[in-house]
Amino acid sequence: MREAIRNYAVFLWRCGRVAFVGDWRYYTWMGVLTVLCLLGLNAYAKQFVHGLYITGMSDEVSWGVYIANFTFLVGVAAAAVMMVIPVYIYNNEELHDLVIFGELLAVAAILMCLAFVTVDLGRPDRFWHLIPGIGQFNFPASMLSWDVLVLNGYLLLNLHICGYLLYCRYNNRKPARWFYIPFVFIAIVWAVSIHTVTAFLYVGLGGRPFWNSAIVGPRFLASAFTAGPALIILALQIIRRVTNYRITDRALLTLRSIVQVSMLINVFLLANEVFKEFYSGNLHVASSKYLYLGLHGHNALVPWIWTAIVFNLVAMVLLVLPLSRSLKWLNFTCVLAIVGIWIEKGMGLVIPGFVPTPLGQMVEYQPSLNETLI
Amino acid sequence: MSNSPPLPSEEPVPGNGVNRRNFLRTSAVLTSGLAALAASLAPLRELDEFPSMEQFLQKYYRELTPAEKEKVLKRIADEVEREYGVRPKVRDPQAMDGVEFVYALNLTRCVGCRKCVHACVAENNLSRNPEIQYIRVVRLPHGSLDLEKAEHNYDPEMVPEEGFFYMPIQCQQCENPPCVKVCPVHATWQEPDGITVIDYDWCIGCRYCAAACPYWARHFNFKRPSIPKERLNPDMAYLGNRPRRKGVMEKCHFCVQRTRAGRYPACLEACPVGARKFGNVLDPESEVAYILRTKRVFIQLKEELGTSPRFFYYFDV
Repeated sequence: MREAIRNYAVFLWRCGRVAFVGDWRYYTWMGVLTVLCLLGLNAYAKQFVHGLYITGMSDEVSWGVYIANFTFLVGVAAAAVMMVIPVYIYNNEELHDLVIFGELLAVAAILMCLAFVTVDLGRPDRFWHLIPGIGQFNFPASMLSWDVLVLNGYLLLNLHICGYLLYCRYNNRKPARWFYIPFVFIAIVWAVSIHTVTAFLYVGLGGRPFWNSAIVGPRFLASAFTAGPALIILALQIIRRVTNYRITDRALLTLRSIVQVSMLINVFLLANEVFKEFYSGNLHVASSKYLYLGLHGHNALVPWIWTAIVFNLVAMVLLVLPLSRSLKWLNFTCVLAIVGIWIEKGMGLVIPGFVPTPLGQMVEYQPSLNETLI
Repeated sequence: MSNSPPLPSEEPVPGNGVNRRNFLRTSAVLTSGLAALAASLAPLRELDEFPSMEQFLQKYYRELTPAEKEKVLKRIADEVEREYGVRPKVRDPQAMDGVEFVYALNLTRCVGCRKCVHACVAENNLSRNPEIQYIRVVRLPHGSLDLEKAEHNYDPEMVPEEGFFYMPIQCQQCENPPCVKVCPVHATWQEPDGITVIDYDWCIGCRYCAAACPYWARHFNFKRPSIPKERLNPDMAYLGNRPRRKGVMEKCHFCVQRTRAGRYPACLEACPVGARKFGNVLDPESEVAYILRTKRVFIQLKEELGTSPRFFYYFDV
């Protein structure tokens, strides 16, 4: 037993070493990222001292890009499941070797989610109040407490699966199926749950008609299953270029069909929502009007959302055409889809929920420079 | 992660050998890294209100023993004295048995003068910069309760204006408060007398309650609140008007420091036209009980949301 623990520690240590080894391109990339991280850390230190005042947020629009990015990244994390399902349920051979990338992406995305939530807290020093047992955990009433549980659970599941598979590979051992396959299936259901719970976070608020709609959950999933695999398509090609890891075009095209179907569903659900909001024309359409058309002369989000819609539509058309079987076009499409969904799921979902306020006031929001840096 | 076989354990890991060049290179990288880290954390030097160990570890309000609560109240008084130079009286008045507070507001009478807003700011030690106000008075066109049509920044020479009516909106003290439901750490709850309060020392500042509130009644301290020293109201309650810190929520609490001691809320006392009525609805002799019994129509704002406010708007019909 002690031997096993020692072995595992050595494995972790070696993983850490490997992370610092690479060619000049790797060092440049990591260097750039480090600089960006430090800039962000610097901005956060300022926020920690002066308060969230230095963001663009206000009492009227009390959540901003932090929560928007959090929402988008939960989707990316959940989308790892779209690589897992074909492999473990339909036994797709092409994707089999690649599924671990999906899971690693999920781990990275969840870590970023947790970071975004932490920087959004007004009192990060009181974080321990959230820990079940020593704090006061409002479970099951608060959707946020559900979110804390499912996100951390998903993180643990994926860490276990990736960690185990990598460790087996390191030991040149065949992974024991019973030790990870059950977790893979749990993780599949769990992935759906993380995004559903995050959607419920918004859907459950009766006082915000823009969010209080049953379609938000399905739209979250559809858009996540579009943006996530699209991101993986791009990442895999970079990996293929800079390493000698074998990734076939067929695998990428399998992912393409996933993105294709998800994008169609996504656009369809969007059309549903737009119809319901505008055709019935009741008073609750104000937020949607603000988002799509501008309201009472306030239209900060209008150019953004139309960019997103155009990107999504173009991406959808390209995905349906055989043209996107060529990798060049596919990459272009993926970029469009990711940017489109990032705008729509982030700013396009979070901000209009606050505008106009429940008392009908119009206050717009622009993220501040410091906020962007964080 | 590459296709090459994993490193057997005997082979030295690259960069593992200790030689002079490697050592120098590694330490140069480490030093510059640490320097960059330190530089990026430099703004932290301006941090002025780092929570003390006592504050950091303070227990949840509802789990404090009487002795612990005594200590906490004293600590708060000390902090206020240090910061504002005034020794406050910090109390923790409890809900009284057989009392459920209710507010009634006569829309026929309200003239939109905003005196209630200013009285509230003074009584409850609200931040002047940035401005936080628990009461928002909106101006609505004659005949419509559609808040989309509300004017928040009306500023005429004289109120009331022809063709408009005014509606002060503050915490509605809901019977089913959405804010309490969503708080992930139980930092806000409903007291037995119907008042929804916040433990400012427990709130983590996630602002989920602000998103959940349909009445825009919950306000966040984006910055350290600023109150002129000479304007500080030294009569304070733990769950009421004691000064808040940066990064936490606050809201109207029906002036617990006054109402639980048998006084009226500050906004009521300031109203020049007698539009505001407050009292114990469980007491059939009270003014509010009389109003709810005899008025033909009264409005609970956004009744369709099922929040069931304890704040009733009525008319002289």
